[in-house]
Amino acid sequence: MNNKLKIFSKGIFDVSPLMIPVVPFGIIFGVLAIDMGLTPYLTMAMSIIIFGGASQIIFLQLFSSGASSLVILSSVGAVNSRHLLYGAVLSEHLSGLRLTWKIIVSYFLVDQAFIISNDYLKKSKDENKYFHLLGSGFTCWFIWQITTFLGIILGSIIPAKLGLTFAIPLTFLALLVNDFRKLINVIVIIVSGTVATFGYQTIPFKAYVIVAALSGLFVAFILTKFIGKKND
Amino acid sequence: MTSWSLIIYCGLITFLTRFSMIALLKKEMFNDRIREVLSYVPSAIFPAIIFPAIFLDNSGVLDIESNPKVIAAIIATVIGVLSKNILATIFSGLISYWMLIFLFNF
Repeated sequence: MNNKLKIFSKGIFDVSPLMIPVVPFGIIFGVLAIDMGLTPYLTMAMSIIIFGGASQIIFLQLFSSGASSLVILSSVGAVNSRHLLYGAVLSEHLSGLRLTWKIIVSYFLVDQAFIISNDYLKKSKDENKYFHLLGSGFTCWFIWQITTFLGIILGSIIPAKLGLTFAIPLTFLALLVNDFRKLINVIVIIVSGTVATFGYQTIPFKAYVIVAALSGLFVAFILTKFIGKKND
Repeated sequence: MTSWSLIIYCGLITFLTRFSMIALLKKEMFNDRIREVLSYVPSAIFPAIIFPAIFLDNSGVLDIESNPKVIAAIIATVIGVLSKNILATIFSGLISYWMLIFLFNF
């Protein structure tokens, strides 16, 4: 097996455990979209063109409540703002790539792929290490399209009272379990979560996501300055 | 704006947020200090999605007392910290949530 394929496969393998919660998430999206009156084509197109769970769910919520295009666009932008930070974190590993590869990698840069491949990119010295991100990102893409399709088919079969949307915060919670062991991270988590909860209604355009994240990062900036070394 | 063009614009915004930093930033722009702060990005962003989804009800009002999601999330966190296992965290949360709403009519 050549080196690129090997790293690509490792990306697929490493991200796989994170795909199990994505399955209900994708199905929920498909079911919700059909439920809210979108055509199957539009629903499928959203998963291919936008390819971002949180953005698509926010889109649905606002679209169905009759929000204006401007509100929808700025909300999707706010929810996506975390990708600016992912890109900033990853750019040091990807700065040597050709533009075409940067474009391809960017399309596949979702939460789960970022979490998994960022770890790998930090450790690996291989010149083809970005194939790990392609492997994990492609896996997310593939699962997302299949489960969106399943959701469209399943439509109204899944009972709403099962409360499957609760799998969404649980997925993100699961991504943070290692951070709960470190004091600074716990403080950052509490600050960000509290700002988001109380800003949810008061901060316009659903921009509570970015306001909360920046508050958390600001606290991290201050705390790491005084405590000095990262406590891990 | 038609649904189609709205979806395409949303797709463009999503792509550009992912692409811009990768395209613009150079390796030399990062010192250890910035890198250290950026390592807190997941801890700063995910709670902004997690907390409102757990503590707020469907209309966006704070609900702590009669909220099975809070209890289920606490159980999931404890299991997650102890097991360090992603799937155990998610399923312990989902199962305790279903037990609370179906068995105990929370």
